[in-house]
Formats: sequence, C-alpha cells, structure tokens
Amino acid sequence: MSSASDDPRHARPAPRRSFRLSWADERVRNLVWQVLVVGLVGGFVYWLWSNTAHNLEVRRIATGFDFLGREAGLPIAESLIPYDPSMTYLRALTVGVLNTLKVALAGIVLATILGTFLGIARLSRNWLVAKLAYWYVEIVRDLPLLLQLLFWYALLQGLPGPRQALNPIEGVYLSNRGLKLPFIEWEPAHSWALVAVALGLLATLFYRRAMRARQMRDGVPRRVWPFALLAMIGAPVGVWWAMGAPFTPDVPVLRGFNFRGGVDLSPEFFALLLGLTLYTAGFIAEIVRAGILAVHQGQWEAAQALGLPRGKVLSLVVLPQALRVIIPPMTSQFLNITKNSSLAVAIGYQDIVSIANTTLNQTGQAIEGIAIIMLVYLSISLSISLFMNWYNAKIALVER
Amino acid sequence: MHPTLRHLTAATAVALGLAAATPAPAQAPAQAPAAAPPANTLDAIRARGTLICGVNTGLAGFALPDSQGVWRGFDVDYCRAVAIALFNDANRVRFVPTTAQVRFTALQSGEVDMLSRNTTWTFSRDTSLGFDFTGINFYDGQGFMVKRSLGVQNARQLDGATICVQPGTTTEQNLADWARGNRINIRPVVIERLEDNIAAYNAGRCDAYTTDVSGLAAIRAVQSNPNDHVILPDVISKEPLGPLVRHGDQRFADLLRWIHFGLVAAEEFGITSQNVQQALASDPRPEVQRLLGRTGDLGRMLGVDNAWMANIIRGLGNYGEIFERNLGPIGLQRGRNALWTQPGGLQYAPPFR
Repeated sequence: MSSASDDPRHARPAPRRSFRLSWADERVRNLVWQVLVVGLVGGFVYWLWSNTAHNLEVRRIATGFDFLGREAGLPIAESLIPYDPSMTYLRALTVGVLNTLKVALAGIVLATILGTFLGIARLSRNWLVAKLAYWYVEIVRDLPLLLQLLFWYALLQGLPGPRQALNPIEGVYLSNRGLKLPFIEWEPAHSWALVAVALGLLATLFYRRAMRARQMRDGVPRRVWPFALLAMIGAPVGVWWAMGAPFTPDVPVLRGFNFRGGVDLSPEFFALLLGLTLYTAGFIAEIVRAGILAVHQGQWEAAQALGLPRGKVLSLVVLPQALRVIIPPMTSQFLNITKNSSLAVAIGYQDIVSIANTTLNQTGQAIEGIAIIMLVYLSISLSISLFMNWYNAKIALVER
Repeated sequence: MHPTLRHLTAATAVALGLAAATPAPAQAPAQAPAAAPPANTLDAIRARGTLICGVNTGLAGFALPDSQGVWRGFDVDYCRAVAIALFNDANRVRFVPTTAQVRFTALQSGEVDMLSRNTTWTFSRDTSLGFDFTGINFYDGQGFMVKRSLGVQNARQLDGATICVQPGTTTEQNLADWARGNRINIRPVVIERLEDNIAAYNAGRCDAYTTDVSGLAAIRAVQSNPNDHVILPDVISKEPLGPLVRHGDQRFADLLRWIHFGLVAAEEFGITSQNVQQALASDPRPEVQRLLGRTGDLGRMLGVDNAWMANIIRGLGNYGEIFERNLGPIGLQRGRNALWTQPGGLQYAPPFR
C-alpha cells in the first residue's frame, strides 16, 4: 500500500547545496571541530607516549617486553597448564590469565544459575521463599565484596588441619588445605573421550534443530533424549573402551605435611568463587525479577488460558520474553565478575594481577606490567561484550 | 581502598608522573617542573629545604610512626642523618611511605630523593633499574618461621610444606630458587597484606611463613606467645639492605655512603652521642679529629658543613646506638652486623683521610 512517494519524508529530497568554504556551512563547521578534537586527543596520546619513552631512556630504565622471554623463577600454587619456576615470564603470565578465566567463567555460570533461581524465588507466592530471597539479596548486595571474600577465606581457614582432616567418604578429605578428591590417572584415551562428548553435544544440538523443524511441519513432537544419551554418553564410552579402557584411581593420601595425589580445590580458589558467585547472584536475581515483571500480565493470563501449568508458562512464555530485558544488564554483571576477580590478591589466589604484580616487581618494569594487566582485562571484557551483544541481537524482538 | 587497587593506582600514578614529566632538563632547563627528577638532587634538596625520603609503610624497628605520628626506626634514622648533614636539623625530612611495588617507580620518577626502605642490593636493580646503592647498613637473609609444635628442626624438612609468602619482593623468587636447588616441593600461598598472611599462618593454612629474618623477628615479637614459634636456623638468601639513589646522583650517593661509614667508624672509635662533645674537644687521634671536623676539610669535600658527622652522632648516635635503639626492642642480635673487629661481624668502614 505504502510506497516511497506517499511517505511525506520522502516527498521532496533535500536540495544538495554546493560546498562552500565558509563558517556558515554546517559541514565545514563539523569538519573543523572533528579534526580539532581528534587532533588534540591524538596529540595528547603521542605526547604522553613520547615523553614516557624519553624519560625512561634518560633515567636508564629498561623498557620493552624482552623480559617476557626470561626465566620467571616465581612459584605458582595452582595452574591449569604444566608450570615450574624455570619457565618464562610469558608462561607465568599465561598461567595467571588462565586462572583468571577459570574463576571468571565458573563464577559467571554459577552466579547466573543461582541468580535466576533467586530472582524467580523473589516472585514466589510462597511467603517464606520470597522473604528469604529478599533478605538474601539485600544482605549480599549491601556488603563490600572484599569483606565477603575475606570472610569466606577466614571461614575456610577455620577447618581442621590436614592431619585432622574431615573424611566424609573414602578418598575425600576436607581441611584448611582445601578439598581433596580422588581422580584417575589422566591418559590420552580420556582426552579423546572428552572430545567425543563435545562432538556429541554438537550433534545433539543439530539433531534437536532438525526434529524441531519436522515438528513445525507435522505437529508431532519427537523425543530427543535417546539420541542425546547415545551421542554424549554412549559414543565417548565407546571411544574410551576402544582405546583400552584405562582406569587407574589416584586417591589422595596424607604424607608429610600434606596430601599427595588426587585433585584439589584450594581454599583460595573456593573462597574467591564462593564470594564472587554469592555476591553477583544478588544483583542477577534483581535483574531476572525486573525482566519477569517487565513481561505484560496479559502474557501470563493468555498462557494460563491455554491450560499451561505455571512452570511451563514461565519457561515457554515469560522467560523467553524476559530475556530481552535481562541480557543487556546481565552483560554488565558478567563483566563485573571478571573484573572483581582481581580482588584475588587479597586472599592469595594467583590470578593475572597477582602474577603480573610480582613480575613487575622482579623486573622493575611497572609500565609494561600494568599495560599487560589492562590488556588482559580489556580482551576478556571485550570478548564477553561481543558475545553478549551477538546473543542479545539474536534474541531481540523481531520487529516488523 | 583495597590494597591491590591502592598499589595499582599508586603505580599508575607514578607511571603517569613519568609520562607527564617534561623531557630531560638538558633540553628544557628553564621549565623543568617538580615532577622531573632534577639533574642535581643535592641542589634541589637544598633549594627545597627538606629531604624527601622513601621509607617502608610500616615495619617495626625499621620505619613505623609512633603514637605521636613521629616516624621512628633504623631506616628512618638514616634519612634523619642526611637531613642533619645538610641542614643540621633532624626534622627537615618528609617521609613518604612506599609499598614494595611502588618504591622503585617513586624513586625513578623523582617523587622521593632517596629510598631507605629495607631494599636488597641486587645486580639487576643496580644496573637495569637506574639506581645506585650507597652501601649495606643491614646484612639480612631470608628465613622461615614455623610453629614449635610442628617439630621441624631445619628448612630441609619442609619438603611438601605449604608456605605463606608476601608478594612484591624477591622473597617469592628466593623461595622458588631454594626449593628448586634443594629438590624440595613447596606449595606457596601468596597473600598480599602482611596481616592477612600472618592470619593465614596462624590459622594453619600454611606450615611456615617466610621473609627476611629481621622481618620474622619483628613478626614473632608481636605474636601472642612468641615462644610457640621458631625461626629456623637456615638462611636461604643474602639480603644486603641499604639506602639507594638515582643513577647519576654521584655527589648525593657519596654523602649517603660516607654517612654510613662515618656511623660505623664512630662506633669503632668508641664515639657515642654521650661523649662526642668531649671527643671533639680532646680526643688526640687524628682520624677522629678529621671525622668530627675539628681538623681537615672532609665535610666541605662532600659539600656539607665540616661538623656534619659530629652533628649526626650528637643527634642520633653511632651505628651501634642506632641499631640497639631501633632493632634491640624487636629482639634482633647484631650477628653479621657487628663491627668487623667482632667475630662474624661484617660492618667495616674505609679510612677517613
């Protein structure tokens, strides 16, 4: 019906005035101001940079990133990749980045799950559940995170020493040295089995999509779980079996000062993860509650009129719409978790800040050290932002 | 503010200071602002009328403000000695507490004139950081403190132990080096604040705490029951501590170097804050007369008053007196810091002539 010529905005295109080199011309003014601002900012940055370089040189202070290739010689307690002090600073800093990522990712996942439950609980018709969630959010949000971290760390230190460790079941020890769990001797077969799990997950997602498409055509719902079971559990077990089914249990035993063998969860990591999760979950709960309340009451009523139970109303109708409101502020919370993880130094978890601090002290190259810390946080934060923006665009209301 | 944030902010601030400082004074002598380290620190201190001295943020015996807010300690007295030499006034010093992390940038950027702050003289600090160390006023070494109940006799028995350590100094690296050298497995717990470290050690999170022996003595002295803790006999590193200045400050470095030697020489000659007046009047030894400025021109050669050493000894005492007054109360023995004339002593001063 509507065509471009009917729209009054398109009725008459603005006349293209000729470009005049005059202050009265808006385009000239814009150009001058923009060039001026960009020039000033660029000049200031250049001045800072050149002055720093010059002053460092005059003071005979070593500069550059050559130190990254030198032997670090600093001890690190927990690492996701093999590390010993004879490796380079680059390796040590990589360990730090991985430690930051480890606690940030675990924190994001756990805080999202806990926060979502709390947010829903805040709206519960059960008075006790709603009030408990309310007080949890109020208390956790109002105390500084650093204080909470120190509290959890002190609490974990109050556990008995390794020689009097709590031993609820065989091979599991809880002491002020952390939680010790039995594990297996890791072999290539286990790595391949993990790869199979990942492929199985991917295959399941594709399978579900295909089944959904068919359901859209004929309206018959199809079961996905038998395929999922086969792809994500059957196939990996098959791979493991085919490679000789290696299985050697590695049970922690107390020897000398500490436990040997098994895997452990250090009190530092645990306190940091606990603090970050519980603190951020409080904020996420409020975001989720706001998102749910933002969905119009009519949507609830319409869904209930279809005969859907309350749980299905929430998961099929309300939450998908609430997500549009929830995602943007959620991105900020994910960024907060990542950045707040730098409080780790206070409780002795060796994240990137801790290791870069030691590095800059041993090498004396403070500017480079701080630049590395900033670069790492900027990269992680930008990655999270990009991902969340992509996800946000994907779930945004498709407007016609 | 959180300690890390404080450190980072301070380090960033110093880095910015370094960035904002105008190019070398040689290029723009007329407009060198206070942020740029002056070409001649000695003249700058004189023009300013006060010495700016970087000290520890708080370590009993070395640098700690007393109940009146007056800085006291072994390192603090070395700053005061410089002020006496320059202005004949021990109070013309502004003390700037510096953390382990920001101390070097503070000196590099000219925020402080000198550091007198439990700083270990090492090769890389002397060469690549642009500093000159002016002497060793305290021979220290890194050791371990454990609970007596653990029954550990020496450091070799710490295989497999968890050890608390504070970041930001060479302590961490020494610990790793020592463990590698002795094929011992240790697990570090690196906590930033000293108080939190000690709390973790006391709670049993760590089997041992490691830092310089002088620091261990200071910590042990303030434990609720010092006898429950043992400082192991092993010393795993050499930590020669002393004041330092920027590279290129030769005249200022000379002054600091000879103040330390003067204090040691005074102890060797038996000159104390009590008898310095008498010695000035009637000590017949020519070297003592030169040291105290009655004869010769030693002070003027350094660019200060000839009575510099006499004034310092009158105000602060000799090396032994400074040591006993500050470090005696925290239970530190002279040990290697005794005069070379004592068995095991290393403090030695070149001749004053």
